[in-house]
Amino acid sequence: MEEMKKIVLEYIVDEYLDEDDEDEVSFDSPLISSGIVDSFSMVSLKIFIENKYSIKLSDEEATPEAFDTVNSICDLVNKYVG
Amino acid sequence: MSNIESYEKAKKDFTWDIARDVLNWKEDELLNIGAMCSDRICARGDADKTALIWEGFGNRSAKYTFDDLRVYSNGFAQLLKEQGIEPGDRVCIFMDKNPSLYFSFLGILKLGAIAQPLFSAFGDESLEVRLASANTKAILTTRKHVRKVRKIKDRLPDLKNIIVVEGDPAKLKEGEVFFDVENAPRIEEFDVYKSDSETPSVLHYTSGTTGQPKGALHVHSSVWGQALTTNWVLDLKDDDIYWCTADPGWVTGTSYGIIGPWSLGVTQCVLDSGFTSSRWYQFIQDNRITVWYSAPTAIRALMKDGSELVSEYDLSSLRHLASVGEPLNAEAVIWSGEVFNGLQFHDTFWQTETGSMMITNFPGMEIRPGSMGMPFPGISAAVLDLDSHEPLTEPGKVGLIAFRPGWPSMFRSYWKQPDVYRSKFVGAAEDAMPDELRMNSDLWYVSGDRASIDKDGYYWFVGRDDDVINTGGHLVGPFEIESALVEHEAIAEAAAIGKPDEVNMEVVKAFVTLKPGYEPSNDLELDIMNFIRKRLSPLAMPQEIEYMDKLPKTRSGKIVRRYLKAIEWGEEVGDISSLSDD
Repeated sequence: MEEMKKIVLEYIVDEYLDEDDEDEVSFDSPLISSGIVDSFSMVSLKIFIENKYSIKLSDEEATPEAFDTVNSICDLVNKYVG
Repeated sequence: MSNIESYEKAKKDFTWDIARDVLNWKEDELLNIGAMCSDRICARGDADKTALIWEGFGNRSAKYTFDDLRVYSNGFAQLLKEQGIEPGDRVCIFMDKNPSLYFSFLGILKLGAIAQPLFSAFGDESLEVRLASANTKAILTTRKHVRKVRKIKDRLPDLKNIIVVEGDPAKLKEGEVFFDVENAPRIEEFDVYKSDSETPSVLHYTSGTTGQPKGALHVHSSVWGQALTTNWVLDLKDDDIYWCTADPGWVTGTSYGIIGPWSLGVTQCVLDSGFTSSRWYQFIQDNRITVWYSAPTAIRALMKDGSELVSEYDLSSLRHLASVGEPLNAEAVIWSGEVFNGLQFHDTFWQTETGSMMITNFPGMEIRPGSMGMPFPGISAAVLDLDSHEPLTEPGKVGLIAFRPGWPSMFRSYWKQPDVYRSKFVGAAEDAMPDELRMNSDLWYVSGDRASIDKDGYYWFVGRDDDVINTGGHLVGPFEIESALVEHEAIAEAAAIGKPDEVNMEVVKAFVTLKPGYEPSNDLELDIMNFIRKRLSPLAMPQEIEYMDKLPKTRSGKIVRRYLKAIEWGEEVGDISSLSDD
């Protein structure tokens, strides 16, 4: 689980934040509600996770709330791969 | 009683002079939107009235009076003047919905310069195209977004001033200016530019089927249309607390998120944080919002989260709801009536080019769920036959939505593209200039949307008449996306269309052929998506990519989007005799 969190967090930092961004992002940082990841960009984050873990997340479960932190994303992914 | 009282009576007795009455306007007053939204409200005795209730992410909040608006907009006007900005210069505002966006917008107008607001989620390529087109001289931005400006500034010789309005001044690069208006000396007096009705005010970029985005130029007299529609359609009254959810990077956010409400001296709220249903309901509850102007995409997202969530909040302050951006489906109208104390969203139709509402559902009028409503009084609208361009009289027949030119908020030209402007008018002489076109009430301005009119005069939206993609209420041009796609190292050719989407109406889908040596894969798909998201914007990012061996083309080699779209939407493909056999 910790490894998964690190991978997801690293992807978010690489893809959605700039190199010299001063915002500290942790496993608990809000992503959607803070605007770091908007609802359109959430689609690419979802595809990254699906590709990485060879799963298909349903639209009913892949909600902005479920994608709002690294922790909540990994909780969701774990239901598929756990 | 609603402000408009009776739609039929308003139509019968209409003149645009009513807007002056609504604003208590005197003929010798200065027609400058920046001053009208701040100085003028103070002068009428409302200096201490709350103008802006602002909330950002992480419990940040602030309130500003109309006197604050006056002083802080003076501050921006003074700064820009000291930086060498002159009347007529284009000044871009490129930031999230923070308070300085609103102060600077008014300040730019007070100086007589042209405000060019751009959506802060634009990537560096989208930003560059728009700044280059407008020969923009200055940009106001934030610590978060200045990085994109740094990447492109060397390719923009006209861009002389980069002004960062928040953050740490020590982190600025050479040539950048830091300006925190709230901590700068208060500028009590500023000599406001003596604009007149035709002085340019705002330049909003909008996308078309072909070519790069075009700048729709507006003027200070747009305020007549914006104030009157705000008064009659949004029904704003002195004691309302109003929330327009739009970003001022798009026209709704300036026409109805700044000019309309503040020219009337109404208190408005701004929420600058990511969308979640619970956050929005909390915001309405906390601020006792009375009038709410939102977008179908947001309404459908709220709907998706269910009625139960609504009941967890006290939303009893709401008294009037309206919507804009794309057609509001009947289900969403009915749902809103069920969950918001019987209040249904009133759909409104207008465009960047029209500057103010054109076809709307009015307070007190029967709403037919799914209908756009009826033309605003003073607006001469029709649906034109697709071939003959004559107005249709047969109820239910589909044609092009068109308007007789001459309403006050009408755009005056496309920036440096008079030929494209001319092409929007049916019956225009080949050499007609923009000023002649907008005054000629024998012409029709064609909106680019299709609709039908029922026997009672209600308009019903059908769809775009071109290939422009309406996603989340924003227009995205396929050409801009395709141009960026072929810059990706793996892509040989590309076509972009809108595909149906439950929440956003449409989302971008790309069809691509790959260069030799590249194979389709999920990882490549993600790479292409992120490539477009960063270069253009999240809105322009294809949410699906289909790999093809070849794209459908005419014999002259032009990609036929119509064919791809018809297949995607399950529609008749139509005449394909012009397609190449190759």
